[in-house]
Amino acid sequence: MSTILPPTDVIWWKVPVDKSEGIWVSLALLWCLFMFAMMPIWHVYGNQNLSNEAYRTHPEVFQAKVDAMVAAHEVRRETQWNVPVVKPPVGSDVYMLGKKWQWYPALELKKDESYRLHLSSMDWQHGFSVQPININAQILPGYESVMTITPNQTGEFTIICNEYCGAGHHFMTSKIYVTE
Amino acid sequence: MSSTKSLFRTDPGSGLFFNKSAETLMKVNAITAVVFLLIGGILASLVTATRMPTLHTLPTAEFYQALTAHGIDMLIVFIIFFEMAVLYFASSTLLRARIAAPRWGWVQYILMMVGALMTNYAILKGNSSVMMTSYVPMPAEPLFYLGLILFAVGALIGCFIFFGTLVIAKEEKTYEGSVPLIVFGATVAAIIAVFTIASGAIILIPTFFWSIGVISNIDPLMYRVIWWALGHSSQQINVAAHITIWYMVAGLLFGAKPMSEKVSRMAFLLYILFLQLASAHHILVDPGVSSTWKIFNTSYAMYLAVLASMIHGLTVPGSIEVAQRMKGLNNGLFTWLQKAPWGNPVFSSMFISLVGFGFLGGISGVVMGVEQINLIIHNTIYVPGHFHATVVLGTTMAFMSATYFLLPTLFGREIFMAPLAKLQPYLFGLGMAGFAVFMMGAGTMGVARRHWDMAFTGAPYAFEYPAIAYTLMGLTGIFAAMAIVGGALFCIIAVGTLLFGKKVDSKVGFMGFRGADSYTTERPPLLERAPADTVSHKNIGIGGFVAPGTFILALAFLATFVLYYFVNWKYLSSVWGLS
Repeated sequence: MSTILPPTDVIWWKVPVDKSEGIWVSLALLWCLFMFAMMPIWHVYGNQNLSNEAYRTHPEVFQAKVDAMVAAHEVRRETQWNVPVVKPPVGSDVYMLGKKWQWYPALELKKDESYRLHLSSMDWQHGFSVQPININAQILPGYESVMTITPNQTGEFTIICNEYCGAGHHFMTSKIYVTE
Repeated sequence: MSSTKSLFRTDPGSGLFFNKSAETLMKVNAITAVVFLLIGGILASLVTATRMPTLHTLPTAEFYQALTAHGIDMLIVFIIFFEMAVLYFASSTLLRARIAAPRWGWVQYILMMVGALMTNYAILKGNSSVMMTSYVPMPAEPLFYLGLILFAVGALIGCFIFFGTLVIAKEEKTYEGSVPLIVFGATVAAIIAVFTIASGAIILIPTFFWSIGVISNIDPLMYRVIWWALGHSSQQINVAAHITIWYMVAGLLFGAKPMSEKVSRMAFLLYILFLQLASAHHILVDPGVSSTWKIFNTSYAMYLAVLASMIHGLTVPGSIEVAQRMKGLNNGLFTWLQKAPWGNPVFSSMFISLVGFGFLGGISGVVMGVEQINLIIHNTIYVPGHFHATVVLGTTMAFMSATYFLLPTLFGREIFMAPLAKLQPYLFGLGMAGFAVFMMGAGTMGVARRHWDMAFTGAPYAFEYPAIAYTLMGLTGIFAAMAIVGGALFCIIAVGTLLFGKKVDSKVGFMGFRGADSYTTERPPLLERAPADTVSHKNIGIGGFVAPGTFILALAFLATFVLYYFVNWKYLSSVWGLS
């Protein structure tokens, strides 16, 4: 009578399964199928899906796009690091870069409007994390990801880095201001 | 034939047979594992003390250094050394066979030891604080990668010795019929290990060449995809290994038989077929991989690996319930459970492992592995909360359970400070469960993992987490302290037993090693099929269910799972629109 001994029955694979086990396996399988279905269903009916849009890029190319946006739409500078705050047109392409150890620049967006947010890293891997709403995405050097964001509340949101990137990891903060 | 020269001894308490060469290898691997557990535990105390906002013990560089070493020494070194001992035990001892190529066993041990020391040395020097994942292009010293490669080669040799021993057992007809379920489970673990180590070689060897300047660039996305075929699959080895130990404890303590050999073996097989490539859930919010790829590879359309764990979650306690009911504890729903040996650390560690792995580790893992829900969890401290529930509550506690069994059986010494050993699993289990739950809570508040300063001192923009996040991180620290005391107690009991535990017979020597006079050249008798049940399944249980208590517990588990799953969708639906 033991799990540590060879099976009692020579043809053990033909021994019928008990009710407790049979029902449980069926219930668990149904639940697993349902959990799978939820993911494609949310792509159709849900409002929070990460886009599949991404491009290969180079740090210099991406930096140039960020600089062009800052030059065109900068509204002010903030903090002792002199971070530009950019107020881009509604619906436009906006850029934010991660580098050791800063998110750059800060953004000012309008509530309930959509923006195409481009993200990339200049050096190592970084984690784009919007607080306190806690939206998180991985940022890789050499890849430019694009996601359409639609802020649904006004206020000040902080971007932090949540992919470990070395000693200055905790310096990486920026802002997204959402206004009416 | 060399088999005639192989030495065996019988353990009078358990009736198990130990082949001398295999026994020595089990001992050195297990002792080494506990030493690394101790080192990893000291590092854990430094890491948690730093993350506790009121203490914030270590400076920045030392924190990341300690965290890197903690990850390597616990998740890789401790666990895999212990798994080597499990593989030797499951093949040689359980099948009553001589071990294949015992000298290669020493090559396994030495390569793993040299590798572990090399990687630790690289971390200690200070230029390799890259975390266990060592994501490129953040560089570590060449020795960091080389150590991991040597360690993996050693582990691969251990797997092949295991397979070789299975072949010897079959050839020399040491057992009747099919291999026991837990040998099957260990085989699954070893097969997954081969796949895991191959993935590790594919990514770590080029990364080593990159670190010495031979290769100019490693694509970070490619690295993540392949690295996680190593990183995630190695957790599947752990799952297969600790579930094997659950079944083993059920068999050893209760004389339990699997409820159905067919179902339990199928469930193990599902791990091989459906878990291995499922590293996709580590890259759910990465650019450059499509949603279709993510959804398919995280679930294979059916979550059959999750199904497998849900099956074991029922069949392990179910088999205990059936065994207890057959012994006469057939009244009510839970008498079988109430009358379980809660004071025996072999049982209590195993049962806490089972419940903790399922309720805390399992549910949280599946939920955060949902493509969209991962957006609100990725890289927060929820993630280490989850995996401490799987790897520490689940795997480590199962290994502790096995250790409590092996100390008298393998090392021939009675448990040192037995009253404290009764308490230890509860202390460690409660500490670890609280630690995991509060970290998951802090993660839902957005606290980042692998982060030195949740106050962002010196950052251009100040950011303050809600007060509750600080409270949760404080509680995380308090429960971590409890777990560390429990873990330290385990190390003291294990090492104390080896040094000071009462010898079960006069032939036991230093650290539980034995002289040649303990062994004979006589071959152990044939391992016979498990005897048929003396009580019919028809005479136990309630309403046609042989394990009604377990079935009710499983339904409670499913209800918790469903509820928590939808709570997370609800939370997701409230955040900014993303498309």
